[in-house]
Amino acid sequence: MKPTDTSNPDYFHKVVDCQRGCPAHTDVPAYIRMIAQGQFSDAYMENRKSNVFPGILGRVCDRPCEPACRRGRVEEKPVAICRLKRVAADHRDDITARLPKAPDQSNGKKVALIGAGCASLTVANDLAPLGYEVTIFEALQTTGGLMRTNIPQFRLPPKVLDEEIGYILDMNVDLKLNHSIDSLKGLLDENFDAVFVGTGAPHGKNLEIPGRYDSENIHIGIDWLESVAFEHVKSIGKQVLIIGVGNTAMDCCRTSLRLGAEDVKVMARKPRGYFKASEWELQDAEEENVEILINHSPKEFLIEDGKLVGMKFELMEYNIDENGRIDRGTVSGEKIIPCDDVVLAIGQDNAFPWIERDIGIEFNEWDCPIVDETTMMCGREGVFFGGDSAFGPKNIIWAVEHGHQAAISMHRYCQGESISDRLPDGLNLASQKMGMHEWSFSNDYDDASRRLMPHVDLKERFKQIDIEVELGFTAEQAVQEVERCLNCDIQTVFTADLCIECDACMDICPVNCLTITENGEEDELRTRLRAPAENLEQDLYVSADLPQTGRVMVKDEDLCVHCSLCAERCPTGAWDMQKSTILIPYAKDELSDEQVPLVAGSSA
Amino acid sequence: MSFIAKPKVSHPGMPKNKLGLTSRDYEGTVSTLCAGCGHDSVTAAIIQAVFELGIEPHMLAKMSGIGCSSKTPAYFVSQSHGFNSVHGRMPSVTTGANAANSELTYIGVSGDGDSLSIGVGQFVHAIRRNLNMCYVIENNGVYGLTKGQFSASADIGSKPKKGEPNQQEPIDPVSTALSLGATYIARSFSGDKEQLVPLLKGALMHRGFALVDIVSPCVTFNDHEGSTKSYAHTRQFYHHVIDIDYVPPAEEIKAAYGEGEAMPIEMHDGSTIVLRKVDKDYDLTSRASAFKYLREHFNAGEITTGLLYLDESRAEMHELMGNIDTPLSHLPLDGLHPGSEELKKLQNRYR
Repeated sequence: MKPTDTSNPDYFHKVVDCQRGCPAHTDVPAYIRMIAQGQFSDAYMENRKSNVFPGILGRVCDRPCEPACRRGRVEEKPVAICRLKRVAADHRDDITARLPKAPDQSNGKKVALIGAGCASLTVANDLAPLGYEVTIFEALQTTGGLMRTNIPQFRLPPKVLDEEIGYILDMNVDLKLNHSIDSLKGLLDENFDAVFVGTGAPHGKNLEIPGRYDSENIHIGIDWLESVAFEHVKSIGKQVLIIGVGNTAMDCCRTSLRLGAEDVKVMARKPRGYFKASEWELQDAEEENVEILINHSPKEFLIEDGKLVGMKFELMEYNIDENGRIDRGTVSGEKIIPCDDVVLAIGQDNAFPWIERDIGIEFNEWDCPIVDETTMMCGREGVFFGGDSAFGPKNIIWAVEHGHQAAISMHRYCQGESISDRLPDGLNLASQKMGMHEWSFSNDYDDASRRLMPHVDLKERFKQIDIEVELGFTAEQAVQEVERCLNCDIQTVFTADLCIECDACMDICPVNCLTITENGEEDELRTRLRAPAENLEQDLYVSADLPQTGRVMVKDEDLCVHCSLCAERCPTGAWDMQKSTILIPYAKDELSDEQVPLVAGSSA
Repeated sequence: MSFIAKPKVSHPGMPKNKLGLTSRDYEGTVSTLCAGCGHDSVTAAIIQAVFELGIEPHMLAKMSGIGCSSKTPAYFVSQSHGFNSVHGRMPSVTTGANAANSELTYIGVSGDGDSLSIGVGQFVHAIRRNLNMCYVIENNGVYGLTKGQFSASADIGSKPKKGEPNQQEPIDPVSTALSLGATYIARSFSGDKEQLVPLLKGALMHRGFALVDIVSPCVTFNDHEGSTKSYAHTRQFYHHVIDIDYVPPAEEIKAAYGEGEAMPIEMHDGSTIVLRKVDKDYDLTSRASAFKYLREHFNAGEITTGLLYLDESRAEMHELMGNIDTPLSHLPLDGLHPGSEELKKLQNRYR
């Protein structure tokens, strides 16, 4: 293998699994260390830089960072990254003075953002400080989009939404509520320099089976949640069936319990392991005694005297092959389950009845606009998409990232620059050595297990619909959880010229991730390392030829716990622990013609 | 030394030995030696050898004297027996321990000061009585604990960090052991675990006195240019003669060897040592030819390494003394102590 090019920001970025796994690339280890040092406001601002809504996401993020977390490979459970984000939000001081501000003078460019959800708000957050005149059009009477209408208040209090959305609106953003856009053509005729569509995926999927339209007690999940959020719906029957087992289904079943339901069943077509809901959302629902019934495929709504009395299901059996793939299943019987209400939570669709088909925007076979994944622009110049409206339902953190990228494109577009010519990521590396065996970070491995989120008592929480269930980590829990972070951004950086091949680093490494050996092709080299290097998603860090024997130092990045013992035991300083900061460009970085500062890494 | 202990966390895919233990289970406390010390690598090689052999930790006894080398038994197999003795007196203490309990596996870790200067008398007599032990010398040519004076193994012309080059003849533990009749003699290098680990395994399983002389650079006082015991010098003048593979009892010899280079030798416990001859003319069963070869290559400035002499036929200490197979420590008191009448009879035999 060739020596690893560590000056390419991508290499060390991949080592920081959580940051890499986050669509918005939040610098997770950095903010966790800030929390460890009690710098909650700094941690909040570090979060806000990339994910814009730390208080919201600290509660309801889909957490792609956590399955990526290296700790989950070294032992069972990843660091509770999402919960720590909330710690930063909960304990921050007043940070309003540190927020970006709109300049006194407009730059003369006007942008229209359709929908006041997380994608549009991110665009506003990035463009308003650059002097853009930002107008947000929102069909509903309030902001937040699906964050407010679909996420129940017992998971995400309105106060948190209002505060973080307020930070953005306060940058002279012109918010037009109750203002639905019925024609994109009409809006384009107005005097805007760029338009952003952040309207989400607002249509809940329907279930066309017999009896569907014979009762008023059959509800579409996201519409029903919205009615609950706006207090148009305040009650539900005693026995409720939720169809589908995604995260919306979890919100529906738990909401039902708070509206008077006594027996709530979630009906899953497939077995466990094939559910769409996040593991923790399933746990939270089951903690509230929601029953999840597997292998039930809906067949018919049963109506008696115009009243919904139950549902008929087909009982399914599946074959699962050795790769875990499941077949379409066969019907092995039928079952009737009585109910008073049914909520359908089987997915969402995009819908763009208000976009004319003759204005240069191409639509694909699912009737979704064709949008460039990098620039977020569609076929019609000056029209950008983001969030669920771009590529179908994803999650908040993806919408935020779309917003950042769209903001860069909109800025370049408005300035008459090429939107495909974007700033590259940058990299800073800085040694963390403070003394003989002292590092600027907590390098000792703490074998504490993951802290559990404390919840409001099961009896208390149902008294009102807006009692937030999760209490947030206590100070003690936060102190313990931060120590579980492995500081993956503090990189092991190797300088081949200095190595005397004494083996000290190999001998001390607790996870045997270092090997000095003859070079070879990657596939073959992976078989010759001191511990099996079977995770092909994790790179090998290969040095230049070593001075004494011409062999190479190979590090399997997979399970390194960043304990820094290799660097401590190195007599020549060939290993060093260096903090990598991945410099992610935002719209504001486009302001200067200079590129993001690039500091070359040391030689590999 | 490091401020933090080696984390207990380990690679989930680590191999296990026949006892179901991983090599992590054979570790000791964290080393307090200088970072980069060859001795730490020897420690790692011993851990690997003992792990691979599947020795039960409580059936191992680690013996040492004084010096950097003699600190190292603290850094491997925490759960075993250990005795840190007076300077240079490890061989006598081991003799006593082995006399009392022959069923343990004995590993002595010594240095060039402990074995070739203050303890040279003890060292040679342990060889003469063919004490059943693995005797490791971590040989760096200097007294590291007292800041780097030349030891008795320093080569003529080797330069110190400061001051004049050495002018006295070095004691070569390998030649010494050869002349005194040691039955397993090997030399290796701390920076070559591929060679060292099998040599240690053979030495631990050999019945009789097994010497493993290991060039183990002192990274602080003897790793500079002009030193003949530095990492760079050792690598430059390293001369493999016979590397070995250790094959446990009842296990098939699987590795492929080139024609004429593999020669299996069966050991007392039924295991096999397969010789991988790098120099096909070398005869490791002849003391005379081995001695000649060593001197010639020594004069050429080369460091001859590998398994250099092996004799599985000679009796070890207990056999020489005609002791019973049962360890003396296992005998009941009346078996060990026949009484004053029996003593009188015995004494009368020699009047």
